[in-house]
Amino acid sequence: MFAYVVRRVLATIPVMAVVALFVFSLLYIAPGDPAAVIAGDQATPEDVERIRQSLGLDRPYLVRFGAWVFDILRGDLGVSIFTNLPVVTMIKQRIEPTLSLMLVTLILAVSIAIPMGVVAAWKVGTWIDRSVMGFAVLGFSVPVFVVGYLLAYVFALELDWLPVQGYTSFSEGLWPWFENLILPAIALGSVYIALIARITRATMLEVLQQDYIRTARAKGAGQTSILFLHALKNAAVPIVTVIGIGIALLIGGAVVTESVFAIPGLGRLTVDAILRRDYPVIQGVVLLFSFVYVLVNLAIDLLYTLFDPRIRY
Amino acid sequence: MERRTFLGATAGLAAAGVSAPALSQGAAARTLRVIPQANLTSLDPVWTTAVVTRNHAFMIYDQICAQDSKGDIRPQMAQGWEISPDQLSWTFTLRDNLFFHDGEKVLAKDAVASIDRWRRRDPFMQVLWPNVAELSALDDRRFRFRLSKPTPLLIMALGQTQFPCFVMPERIAGTDAFQQIRETVGSGPFKFVRDEWNPGQRAVWARNERYVPRQEPVDGLAGGRIPRIDRIEWTIITDPATSGNAMAQGEQDYWEYPLHDLLPMLRRARDVVVEQRLLDGTYGVCRFNTLQPPFNNPAIRRAVAMAVDQRDYLRAVAGDDPADWGACEGVFTCGTPLANEVGSDLLKVRNVERAKQALREAGYNNEKVVLIAPGDYPQINALSLVTADLLRRIGMNLEFISADWGTVVQRRASKEPVERGGWSVFHTTSSGQSLALPVFNLFLRANGNNAWFGWPDVPEVERLRGEWVEKGGDPAEGRRIAEELNRVAMREMYYIPLGYYWQPSAWRRNVTGVFRAPATVFWNIGKG
Repeated sequence: MFAYVVRRVLATIPVMAVVALFVFSLLYIAPGDPAAVIAGDQATPEDVERIRQSLGLDRPYLVRFGAWVFDILRGDLGVSIFTNLPVVTMIKQRIEPTLSLMLVTLILAVSIAIPMGVVAAWKVGTWIDRSVMGFAVLGFSVPVFVVGYLLAYVFALELDWLPVQGYTSFSEGLWPWFENLILPAIALGSVYIALIARITRATMLEVLQQDYIRTARAKGAGQTSILFLHALKNAAVPIVTVIGIGIALLIGGAVVTESVFAIPGLGRLTVDAILRRDYPVIQGVVLLFSFVYVLVNLAIDLLYTLFDPRIRY
Repeated sequence: MERRTFLGATAGLAAAGVSAPALSQGAAARTLRVIPQANLTSLDPVWTTAVVTRNHAFMIYDQICAQDSKGDIRPQMAQGWEISPDQLSWTFTLRDNLFFHDGEKVLAKDAVASIDRWRRRDPFMQVLWPNVAELSALDDRRFRFRLSKPTPLLIMALGQTQFPCFVMPERIAGTDAFQQIRETVGSGPFKFVRDEWNPGQRAVWARNERYVPRQEPVDGLAGGRIPRIDRIEWTIITDPATSGNAMAQGEQDYWEYPLHDLLPMLRRARDVVVEQRLLDGTYGVCRFNTLQPPFNNPAIRRAVAMAVDQRDYLRAVAGDDPADWGACEGVFTCGTPLANEVGSDLLKVRNVERAKQALREAGYNNEKVVLIAPGDYPQINALSLVTADLLRRIGMNLEFISADWGTVVQRRASKEPVERGGWSVFHTTSSGQSLALPVFNLFLRANGNNAWFGWPDVPEVERLRGEWVEKGGDPAEGRRIAEELNRVAMREMYYIPLGYYWQPSAWRRNVTGVFRAPATVFWNIGKG
């Protein structure tokens, strides 16, 4: 097991290297010029060129890539072209809101979607099942920003229960922190809940047909015990897989959710950086996202052993 | 008890001991919460021309002289200035009680260093600088321009709002004009709270307790710059609907640039005031690439202009209420001394059929027209869509390319044919103050390869511009030259003026002391 974990962690190195090469190359060939954005309309072409030189953007591809990789190996993600702040500092400023949003969304989604899926499988063919499936279709179909605006309209503007926008750091109190995350988490979680609920239902339906479930019933086990102890544990592997895959969904959705609710997270940092062509920030954030995703996949692989003792690494 | 209070209290019980209000009532009353027009990414107003950076700079820096509401230049840091009888020597004297935020006294050498850095980037001062033989500090409070010939526009350049000359400590102003400064030390009415700066989220300023404002009442950017509030917090909200909701709910106090589509909603909100604060409108421009077919043919450019009805563009950007916009069929800012419509007859044709006929007569041969539009810039995108429709209606072979602003600003620099990544038309907007004078109206310049994107080459325009720099101080001469410039520009039609729209601001009714100015500034504003 330990050897497996070490192997997997080491395997992230080539993955990250490929991601780095890909991101850098993509940005290199993509249109856009931060020097032109900085210089503004009044600047002469000579001014733009001087800014480009001062930023090192006139250097050849290999020189720039080499310098960037060298810096990364020293733990330095570079400095933002616009703010002059280290990319690491900018990521640190933004990581808490995004992690908070993802954490609350994850907890919310799992705690709602799994019981929904289980109950839908148990009551298959009934109105409960159809309602759950209807909700799942709706969750998939309605874009995150529409859900966000609707929630803000109802719960913030009309009912005045929750704030429209913003983020308060956890260090300023649990309620102020949580209050700002409720609506964004529901908006972001809607697709996630739909996804997990569907998979849970489908897997549970399959498991509930198995002989050992019939045996458990025959032995007089209660319905709750059958559903949540016998069936759900055996259905857990695909559900955990989907939860893991859904992390990527959350990262993508966070970009939109953070914009709708003005949460200063990594999603908005990425979009702002892309629009301005702030290359060091884009590269740093994408690397971070890739790293997180690789780690999440590793964690899920390890979780398999918890739910299915037959799996050994 | 409101539901929200109940929820808060319930969760607060669970979190007893950790929960604390983010901003107390008293602190909120002393803090002006602002949604700025854009994210504050750079803090150096010389390094970048971003308007949001300029607005930040107005808070922390001071100017030697500044523009009042009529456009006249008044002393600000300067107590005054003296001009020698031969007009070759201008001596400025600084006020006595000026201090930087680090406690150091503002000296004449700081002003000299600041002017020297700023003039390397300011297009207006670059034109005048060849006339400057020497700029030097005479003592702690006085500095002098020695000129090789009379330059009456000098004071206009120093006091302009478009690219203001802000005074920094000499050690900071010594930074190369193409490198960003690393400190934010000024002598203005507010201090930048750097520790709380989180680009993309928040920027904060605190009252400068030592600031001594001028005694005159505030008038545009001139007069007393009194900091009436303890803290100013900018919160970056990129989504206009969210900004509108935050204003309606009282989560924010001031929104600099509300989207026009949301103005009716804001006007209906009882506690929100929507008013025009900036003195100038925002002008739209349709720019042709004069190097490549088909718009290297002036007759084709003129044919397009004949189909243009500025009102269509302005409605697309600012809505149906004519109070929110105005036609302006000349190259200079309407309502300013040089505004005129001499030779602007083509823009009054407004007829698609006549434009079609003119296009045929001009020899248009179905060459491809590439219009590049920034989809992430609502106003410019709206202008682009109207032109796209118009070009199709007059029978041009149009390719409409929607990109983000970052891509547009790069692509517009390409002089290549459209088949090799070039362009034919794009749009932009500009504040009225940038178009008021020939010396900094960059769309008007026609010096070929060195001109603004589109690169028109019309020596007559350049000659007239030079003449205005020489004689522009004389109102009658200035007017004559401006009329001639308008006539030539309309004849060559290397860009089409699209009129102007007003960009109102919105603030909560308890915000006091809001005044009209050429830029968004926050002195003299308080909260009731």
